[in-house]
Amino acid sequence: MSQAPSSPPALAGAPSKIDASCRVPLLLMFICAAVWLVIASAFALIASIKFHSPDFLADCPWLTYGRVRPAYLNALLYGFCLQAGLGVGLWLLARLGRAPLAQPWLVIVGTLVWNFGVKFGIWGVLSGDGTGFQYLDMPGYAAWIMMLGCLLISLSGLLTFHQRRERALFVSQWFVFAALFWFPWTYSTAELLLVTWPVRGAAQVAIWGYYVANLEVTWLALIGLAAIFYFVPKLTRHQLHSHYLALFAFWMLILFGGWSGIPGGAPLPAWMPVLSTAATMLLLVPVVIVAVLIHQTVEGKWTRLMANPPLRFIALGAFAYLLAGLMRVASAGLDLHHPISLTWFAPAQAQLNAYGFFSLVMFGAIYWIVPQLAGMEFASAKLVRAHFWLALLGLLLSVVPLAIGGIVEELRLETSGISFMQVVKTTMPFLRASTIGDLLLGLGHVVFVVNLLGMVVRFYRPRAVSAYAAATMDLCAVKAKP
Amino acid sequence: MNYGPLIFLAAFFAMASSWCGFVLTPQLQVGQLQQTNTLGTTVTYPIPRPGLAQQGLQVYRANGCAYCHSQQVRQSGTVCDVVLAETGTNQPALLASLVKVKPGLSETEARDFIAKLPAPVLRGITKEAADAAAKILNAASAKAQVWIVPVGPDIARGWGKRRTVAEDFLFDSPVMAGSQRIGQDLANVGVRLPDANWHLRHLYAPRLTEKASTMPPYRFLFEKHKIEHNPSPEALVLPAEMAPAPGYEILPKQEAGALAAYLVSLRADAPLFVAPLTVAAADTATATNPPAALGAATGNAAPVNAPAK
Repeated sequence: MSQAPSSPPALAGAPSKIDASCRVPLLLMFICAAVWLVIASAFALIASIKFHSPDFLADCPWLTYGRVRPAYLNALLYGFCLQAGLGVGLWLLARLGRAPLAQPWLVIVGTLVWNFGVKFGIWGVLSGDGTGFQYLDMPGYAAWIMMLGCLLISLSGLLTFHQRRERALFVSQWFVFAALFWFPWTYSTAELLLVTWPVRGAAQVAIWGYYVANLEVTWLALIGLAAIFYFVPKLTRHQLHSHYLALFAFWMLILFGGWSGIPGGAPLPAWMPVLSTAATMLLLVPVVIVAVLIHQTVEGKWTRLMANPPLRFIALGAFAYLLAGLMRVASAGLDLHHPISLTWFAPAQAQLNAYGFFSLVMFGAIYWIVPQLAGMEFASAKLVRAHFWLALLGLLLSVVPLAIGGIVEELRLETSGISFMQVVKTTMPFLRASTIGDLLLGLGHVVFVVNLLGMVVRFYRPRAVSAYAAATMDLCAVKAKP
Repeated sequence: MNYGPLIFLAAFFAMASSWCGFVLTPQLQVGQLQQTNTLGTTVTYPIPRPGLAQQGLQVYRANGCAYCHSQQVRQSGTVCDVVLAETGTNQPALLASLVKVKPGLSETEARDFIAKLPAPVLRGITKEAADAAAKILNAASAKAQVWIVPVGPDIARGWGKRRTVAEDFLFDSPVMAGSQRIGQDLANVGVRLPDANWHLRHLYAPRLTEKASTMPPYRFLFEKHKIEHNPSPEALVLPAEMAPAPGYEILPKQEAGALAAYLVSLRADAPLFVAPLTVAAADTATATNPPAALGAATGNAAPVNAPAK
């Protein structure tokens, strides 16, 4: 019943037609996403430098730490992750359904509206209009614009799904299909109840936790795993080991993901953190399933995952998913007695999840999809490799020190003899290392944008030249007539 | 086979389950919380913050203070202290019971001990042990009380007397519970540092009050002002190297004043039914019937709160 991903869709004419329908909207999405990534890195770097010299850019209210840091997180999540994720999702729906993208103009308009909303939102955060809820900082006026853009894009996705020619569903379609509903539902819930008509008191904390879990744990995994389950078999030319295991992961994820956002010790009635911790433990299941599935799919030869650059990104992303999942479980387990989620361990985990897992998988997918759309390879394989190594090193340097720093921080915080300033001091070397990591990641993103733009220029320049020549030839002909 | 509608239904059910769990139910339970009494008194808690402090909350939100400062004290449990309040009439019996209750206490030490009351007889014990000890002491016609003492690293650090609970945020919107402790926890900063002027100086130049601080300065919340006639009483007192040119002074803008007022208003230390603690005698003086209230607290604490260790 599942489409064999090992045989590339070779139906005559279909792939090229599908790619043609995807070309403009998806290239637009991917390039906008990549540009947001560079902007996010710039914010990350500014925020990171402030730890070493707190007076850096301190007199500009727009660039104070408490605004730059949310600007970074929101640019990364809404500018890059959501946008690239929706783009890759649409492509998967079109490819797996063997149908061209339905109403591409919806996606183009949706992307423009979405990016306008994100721009407006980041501007709002920097100007002091942030909502104060981490990962949901964008002010209400921007959020509703983004919502509209997302709905337009999702609509095209649903139409594509509806018009699919291959009626049997591959597991990735389940994930993407659910993701198209997931974000509008959770985002509008959180926006309505936290920003537009805020609920009373600490109920806000619960709803905020609900939203963050649905975004970080469920949505990112829905799209990221959809890509992993499609690309790993496809690029290694193997069958996905078990359709049913993958579906089991899907159920676990959508059933328990949204429950996992309230850390132990949160200022809420005790049943909430307890339930949330239990749900987080259950989320170990999809993590194990992903590990088993990949292991079985490549028949235990993990080196096969190093075969080509897109696959390398995706394999590293899958590995990061396992680590991030383990870190989440560890953090939830510890939280009941040791509030590790209030230390640097939590941002390290979030970074490993949103960046190490999701973004790397998206890079891999984009590096595979864009050559299909343009019908040509990247100009410089070296630059793609450079991006990979910069991302890997940057990731190691930004996540590992922060995770260790968080553990050290917690251990010292629990020793009441150590003053708080001493605790802060011990975290400094870890923060320094992570600044270097942020710098490397930023360089990697610049390379990414260069790669994508280079491809677009190479694709459209000959067409522009010939179109120009055709137009001017007419003019010459007109001139030559009399 | 077409699984589309099935996936849709299932995804809808899954979405609805966590929505009911962590959106609807919290709204029904926590969202409907009302003001309550602090333990053993008729004092209402919490009361809305003063108007200036409410404006300060918005300054706190706008500048992302919650990105570095949490407002949630955690506790790992509660222990009990047995405090001897009054000797009563039968001193020899009390001395005997004291020696019995506190192993290793000689009779002369016990005599010294009852000279300056109230004083804790036993500290950090379980509720059962404390009740038993108090019973023995009270049988000797003395007045012993069982005090509930929340414990945990945050409390040892002086960040609060008890854990933060939902009630503490009743009138705040947005709720700035925070998610990281790059800086100190601020749940009770108004108790620790009740002086608004300290906060203003700290905001203007954090390293003035704490040398190794990594907090960025918020000089944009202040303005340099030419001294017209007399220096303003609100002007910041700054050391020479930071002071503005002669004839000028640094005045807090409205936002800075509001933020300082908000910080000073942060005090979440009232003993509550959901987070009981016993406060020192001076504070319980307002209580109409302290021992009864105390009994109510100890009796009801266990099922609601984390059980005493």
